[in-house]
Amino acid sequence: MSRRLPTGGSRIDRSRPVTITVDGVEVAAYHGDTVASALLAADRPLLSRGIYSGRPRGVMGVGVEDACAYVQVLSGGGEPMVAATTLEVHDGLAVERIAGRGRLPAGDDTTRYDTLYGHAEIAVVGGGLAGLRAAVAAAEDADGARVLILDDGPALGGAAADLPADSAAGRELRDLLTRLDGLEGVTVLTRTTVTGSHGHGRLVALEQRPHGVAKRRLHHVQAVGVVLATGSHERPLVFADNDRPGVMLACAAADYVTRYAVLPGERAVVWTAHDAGLHAAVELADAGTEIVAVLDVRETMAGPLAAALAGRGIALHLGAEVTGTDGSDDESGRLIRVHTTVGSFDVDLLAISGGANPAVELFSHPGGRTRWSDEVAGFVPDVPAPGQVGREVVVGAAAGDQDVVPGWRETLQPPATVFRADAGDPELVFLDPHRDATLADLRRAHAAGLSSVEHVKRFTTIGTGADQGRGFGVLAVGVLAQELGRPIEEVGTTTYRPPYVPLSFALLAGRNRGELSDPVRVSQAHDRVAHAPMEDVGQWKRPWYFPRSTADGLEDLDASVAREVRAVRTGVGMMDASTLGKILLQGADVGVLLDRVYTNLFSTLKVGKVRYGVMCGPDGMVVDDGTTARLSGTDWLMTTTTGNAAAVLDTLEEWHQTEWPGLDIALTSVTDQWAVVAVAGPRSRDVVATLAPQHDWSAEAFGFMDWREAPVAGIPARVLRISFSGELAFELHVPSWYAAALWDAVEEAGAPHGITPYGTETMHVLRAEKGFPIVGQDTDGTVTPHDLGMSWAVSRKKTDFIGMRSLARADARRPDRRQLVGLVPLDGSSRIVEGAQLVAHGADLTAFPVAMAGHVTSAYPSGHDGRPFALALLDGGRDRVGEVLDAVDDLVPLAVRVTGPVSYDEQGARRDG
Amino acid sequence: MLRIPCPHCGERDATEFHYGAAAGVDYPTDPAALTDGEWAAYLFVRANPRGWFRERWFHAAGCRLWFHVERHTVTDQVRTVREGAA
Repeated sequence: MSRRLPTGGSRIDRSRPVTITVDGVEVAAYHGDTVASALLAADRPLLSRGIYSGRPRGVMGVGVEDACAYVQVLSGGGEPMVAATTLEVHDGLAVERIAGRGRLPAGDDTTRYDTLYGHAEIAVVGGGLAGLRAAVAAAEDADGARVLILDDGPALGGAAADLPADSAAGRELRDLLTRLDGLEGVTVLTRTTVTGSHGHGRLVALEQRPHGVAKRRLHHVQAVGVVLATGSHERPLVFADNDRPGVMLACAAADYVTRYAVLPGERAVVWTAHDAGLHAAVELADAGTEIVAVLDVRETMAGPLAAALAGRGIALHLGAEVTGTDGSDDESGRLIRVHTTVGSFDVDLLAISGGANPAVELFSHPGGRTRWSDEVAGFVPDVPAPGQVGREVVVGAAAGDQDVVPGWRETLQPPATVFRADAGDPELVFLDPHRDATLADLRRAHAAGLSSVEHVKRFTTIGTGADQGRGFGVLAVGVLAQELGRPIEEVGTTTYRPPYVPLSFALLAGRNRGELSDPVRVSQAHDRVAHAPMEDVGQWKRPWYFPRSTADGLEDLDASVAREVRAVRTGVGMMDASTLGKILLQGADVGVLLDRVYTNLFSTLKVGKVRYGVMCGPDGMVVDDGTTARLSGTDWLMTTTTGNAAAVLDTLEEWHQTEWPGLDIALTSVTDQWAVVAVAGPRSRDVVATLAPQHDWSAEAFGFMDWREAPVAGIPARVLRISFSGELAFELHVPSWYAAALWDAVEEAGAPHGITPYGTETMHVLRAEKGFPIVGQDTDGTVTPHDLGMSWAVSRKKTDFIGMRSLARADARRPDRRQLVGLVPLDGSSRIVEGAQLVAHGADLTAFPVAMAGHVTSAYPSGHDGRPFALALLDGGRDRVGEVLDAVDDLVPLAVRVTGPVSYDEQGARRDG
Repeated sequence: MLRIPCPHCGERDATEFHYGAAAGVDYPTDPAALTDGEWAAYLFVRANPRGWFRERWFHAAGCRLWFHVERHTVTDQVRTVREGAA
């Protein structure tokens, strides 16, 4: 049976039939229908079931105030928990009714979501009469002002669009839309719900897109002024069995007639506490519903609405209430009977209207406070958030103005503040049907001693469903006030927080997913090394290792690294080190700054020399390390760890600008401007000599920590003799556009020596054998240079450096501080696990708490001698060399012996080759 | 969304800035002269007032200027802005 009326329907296009599928059954609809209107037209009122009770639920509202009608979308990648009252139909749409909660589709959401940023002088939220008046006035007054109107409906007009075109409201609407059309600078976004007002004029909005393009858009709107014309939400009344399919909000029921030409019931009882419910009764009657009784909780009634009902022969019962309902025994559970204080009625529709809640959510988001108004019978805006004063106005029904629709005020009878009937089983009085929370639950909360509305909300879960209390929230507050015997204004509402309607994570992510979720940085020589497996270092992709094909297939990580380590220790290796952070420091006072930020002395560094430095925070803990080369009297080049470059630059800026602005210094990041290839190993000098034969590269002419400018394979370059492996090594710095040419030249010059490219893993093994810590891996913000065994890098001559005062504290000198040590497995072959906890050897791991003496910070399966080793932080570690401990991973102990942190060439004999 | 008025670039989204906590906490002229307690107070102890608060911001993704802002910690209102200094 179709409940579609033969004519009418302001939102549907009868020339465009649409077929959707609900629970596998085809349902005929028209373009412009929502899933809710299509199902009501098909006389299928059962939309969902209670999340815990399993009770049948139908459509109660016509928009975002509905608290029941959520469906699972199956088509187009699927989506859980979509409001049927706002989901517009399109061919191929398939949905499924759900019981209270949806389920995340198994696959990836491949739908397109877009993010847009907009700016406006005035943003008007809500395109009803009140909003349009404000928008037209703003656009006409301020020439060229950008006015943005955001409305969640498919077209502008709000409630006025549901009134006859020849009514005063209809005429005004037409006039406003005509004037709007002629105005420059006005932008209209329909199907766009503002989900948050975030202060300082920032709004976030969700735009539903026509089917076939990006599914949704997220708008970030920055406005100078905000007009909130968000209207109101119809409020229900409660009674026993108030949740059956067939119980609807009265104005919503009338809107289904006007918007979708759907008659929501054949025979109806209307129960109301304000005039809008009476108006809805007249509209339903005129559309063809037999209104068997209208109940108004108010004791007196006069005016045109009472006359309109009488003129249609409809009985109006004043001071009357609904006490309960009966439902059918079949699967649909639909309403068949209404019990009231004036008798019982066999009907298929109970239309209820307890009042209109001004939609104050957006007013409240930034901190606006509301008050209860008896005149409006609702919470209205009271004190705006201080930051919104002068920036935000609330107009129309959202402000409690009941004369938005012209002509209403003259006839208005004051609304009643009524929330519930007392009769019936409180277990069946639903105060939040979406959460299946009842009056009995609320009484249990009260009995448990809870009286704050926020506590009751959390105890009962009322208002925590997908509708976030838009349907029943204020009503539940009213019921709580009655139960507590306190005035509703004292109880107040719960805090409204964004988002106003649900936002999916996929929408928030927009296009920033997968490869686009974070910028990827690659070295300028990337295409020469891109065949290697990559390791993520911050945003950088760095070659991890360079596996070779062997008879047994491609080498694995361990085999490749063992070969690469051997090459550097015995021959020569090459590494792309372009990702190193590089900061150019220029000015007369750079030395002064470096003396303050590094623990050791830098101002004495001569041009042509390089020095290693450690940086601490003011708390004395290591934050970075690296080398700085003095390029000239005024120019210095600092290198930082790859992942820390931006943070170090920021720190230098901060100290310079905020503490020592008088210093003559300019700081520039040159990370991307210089490509670096490291050539390391006893044969590296031969390679560099081939590349730059015009220079003497002997240790006497070009010593450790020297740098010089020299053309390398014809490329202008800086060559630095620094080593992160302990071997003789050179860093070749060239302008970045020469990166590939340099890589090729080094490969060619090194070929006779069997030069071997190596990756970050080999670099880590090489440096770990030398006991060189990696800041952030072997340190964690609680480690001083002394803890790392780097007291040699901490100046005793300087009067101050950042962290010096902290290092002077007694605690920083405690001998039992956690210190960097080396570890080897007692059996000489078992792998030590990174992150393993260090405990006493043989400690009982079941006797909690087990005393923890430290942890493994770096571990590798084999060093130069082919044996596993590790670095660790250990309490008083420097005095415990030789001691045997257990390294415990996942409750499995491994016996390890403590060594010094340096396990290779402790004398440093190899750095000159 | 907080909007921060950069003295150089004008009002921008807070996401372009780094927060620098309380203003007016100068690096001591002679840290060595301080007791451990005085030094700890410099490092860690900060006021957390309810109301107007002078704080530092850094336009990290813009002009890279450090400056002072007076912000109301309850309402997030922002007033006087000043360049530079601790």
